[in-house]
Amino acid sequence: MTTAKLPVNLTDAQIAELGRELDAIREEVMASRGERDRKYILRLIKTQRSMAVLGRIIIYLSLFLLPAWGHALAGWWPCLLVMGVGTLMLGLAKILENMEIAHNVLHGQWDWMKDPEVQSNTWEWDTMSPSDRWMQSHNVVHHTWTNVVGKDLDVGYGIMRVTPLQKWHPMYLFQSLYFVLLMLFFEEGVALHEQAIDDHLKGKKTLREVLPTLKHIGRKVRGQVIKDYVMWPGAALLVAVPLSFVVPQSPWLVFALVAGANFIANIIRNIWTFTIIFCGHFPAGSHNFTVEQVEGETRAHWYLRQMLGSCNIRGGRLFHILSGNLSHQIEHHLYPDMCSNRYPEVAPRVKALAARYGIPYNEGSLARQFGTTTWKIFRLSFPGGGTDPGSRQPA
Amino acid sequence: MAPAPAMPPPERPARSPWHWLTTVTDMFAFPLRTSHYVELVNPLWSTHKLQARVEAVWDETRDARTVTLRPGLNWRGHRAGQHVRVGVPVEGKHYTRTYTISSPPERDDGCFTITVKAIDGGRISHHIVRNLKVGDYLPVGLPQGDFYLPDAQPVLPLFITAGSGITPAMSMLRSLIAQQRLPDTVHLHYAPHRFDVVFGKELEQLAAKHERYNLLMQFTRDIDEVPDAAQAGAGYFSAAQLAASCPDWREREVYACGPPALLAALTEHFEEAGRGAHLHIERFRAEFARVPVDAVGGRVRFAKSSAEVEADSNTSLLRVAEDAGMNPPHGCRMGICHTCNTTLLSGCVRDLRNGAVINEVGATVQTCVCAAAGDCELDL
Repeated sequence: MTTAKLPVNLTDAQIAELGRELDAIREEVMASRGERDRKYILRLIKTQRSMAVLGRIIIYLSLFLLPAWGHALAGWWPCLLVMGVGTLMLGLAKILENMEIAHNVLHGQWDWMKDPEVQSNTWEWDTMSPSDRWMQSHNVVHHTWTNVVGKDLDVGYGIMRVTPLQKWHPMYLFQSLYFVLLMLFFEEGVALHEQAIDDHLKGKKTLREVLPTLKHIGRKVRGQVIKDYVMWPGAALLVAVPLSFVVPQSPWLVFALVAGANFIANIIRNIWTFTIIFCGHFPAGSHNFTVEQVEGETRAHWYLRQMLGSCNIRGGRLFHILSGNLSHQIEHHLYPDMCSNRYPEVAPRVKALAARYGIPYNEGSLARQFGTTTWKIFRLSFPGGGTDPGSRQPA
Repeated sequence: MAPAPAMPPPERPARSPWHWLTTVTDMFAFPLRTSHYVELVNPLWSTHKLQARVEAVWDETRDARTVTLRPGLNWRGHRAGQHVRVGVPVEGKHYTRTYTISSPPERDDGCFTITVKAIDGGRISHHIVRNLKVGDYLPVGLPQGDFYLPDAQPVLPLFITAGSGITPAMSMLRSLIAQQRLPDTVHLHYAPHRFDVVFGKELEQLAAKHERYNLLMQFTRDIDEVPDAAQAGAGYFSAAQLAASCPDWREREVYACGPPALLAALTEHFEEAGRGAHLHIERFRAEFARVPVDAVGGRVRFAKSSAEVEADSNTSLLRVAEDAGMNPPHGCRMGICHTCNTTLLSGCVRDLRNGAVINEVGATVQTCVCAAAGDCELDL
């Protein structure tokens, strides 16, 4: 009996039936994709790109409010206020790009449109991790082996203990600190979260073997750094140098302000994406599994494991879009290649199905999900921590 | 003695100031290109892809429409008779079709036209003829094809066209007239009825105005009479008909475009007469492979690996490739991660999850969940 391996009171036949029902929902939604969905993603991409440019332009414009100009509106407060608006807009644009657009495009959710511009194999996103490397660690490893300790690198990202199933190690004592650092530098963390680096650190591969991959990541990181910390601030600097003969203002301060605004926009994006992503599989009540539990599992068992291991966040329409619809993490894990704008309509059906089969459907407010995640990370930095729901035997 | 270099060093493409400028501005737009943002202002200014704006639509007949397109910056002029690939979004999906340019290259407002006939069961052509609106943007390719009149030697052309096969001939005629060097021309055109003739009015006016342009129309159906067995096919191409309408066909260069049956008959006739080299043909390309009725697998060709193996209808193409000793990209093996995506070059495959048949050239195939449905060729 394979049923006993997963902590639910369902027979194999019932699980197979659940699988068929979930397949039916998938087929129905996939067949109904059309012009409406295409308009949604194309409009979103246009909005996002316009916001990114506008944000950067507003940051530039705020420089004309520096106190050295001496006109009526000039002053530090108006300058920083306007710069703050531009920074926030740039941060939001980066959030939209990473979450609702790129994450989902890279899942192949929009490949069905056959639009050469919106394809998973050509899209490159606005973050330090190169698309193809991320697709390997995320689409293949994480989505196939979701929450399986020892297989899914996203269980603790190799530096944290997020389930009692992971053996305690003194290294985890400081994981609350890693938690905060990873939140601030999530972009860099994702770029380094890489099977090849893991293999090298564990001695499975030599440096020479992983060098091409590291170079590939390095090129992407260089491009991002040059854009945000050389080109955009540098262009402001070039304009500021001749102006500094008229306006008594150090051009280097101008450079630093623009670079600082870009840095903060990146941090805003990092904190937000980190928060949403950590609410996906770590809140209280989510299940983790051992390799033995998933041996020989069918597609229906895989569906069940996705439902047990993922957590949703409640929120409004704008919240769902800004979270890249990862607030519908359960639906995303059941149907990773279904276009994300359809998750809201699928969610009630999946929830009803879960209720009918008596499967827990982990859903809560952002405060609940992130609060319990934070507590869990703190608690599990010490030994013990009870048992994981996923390892319990059904009653 | 120093060994002579086996190969000359590869020549670098010319680096224009424009190239240097965009290299610098692209660093502001990384990982996108400057063009992705320029496109927000005007889609025709983008350089990473070529788009065209629909400037006007004109219904030629009840089921044929001429679409005037204004192409973007990277467009280059065409030669009369060439075709262009046009991307059309229908129900959210992007399809690519090839259409002949019907306007002459001499047109000087920067636009070109395509003339599309709605074919039975053709979703894309129906969309263009019925739903396309002024102001829509369509991705387009560059003009292609070797079906055009030679520049150098003057030829006596004989155009044989049928239905929407008129378009390349129309572009050639308009071009010759615009250049004021129209030679002695015979044009044999087939259509079901007089009112089905695309460009019918314009052709008749040309025939009236230009003495050297001889237009002969053949109507394959008569509107008043019920077609009977004896009459059916009377209007279609035959050797006797050609001899009657154009006695000097042996001295002419023939440019033909139309349905496969006409082209087959023409090829046979001209080959027999030893004039095969003087027959130039433009075919409508088949975009779909025929779906085999009872597909039980077939021969799978992996184009890049140049391997060819037999496959049944239940084994995934990924497995077939691996059994053939290849190691194509793959991930989850259950159809969720899209690592194994590849392109269908020809033939037919079946999605094992829902039985859907994929038979369009250029469609994406997930090899881990698709199996052969008849012979097929993959870009692996």
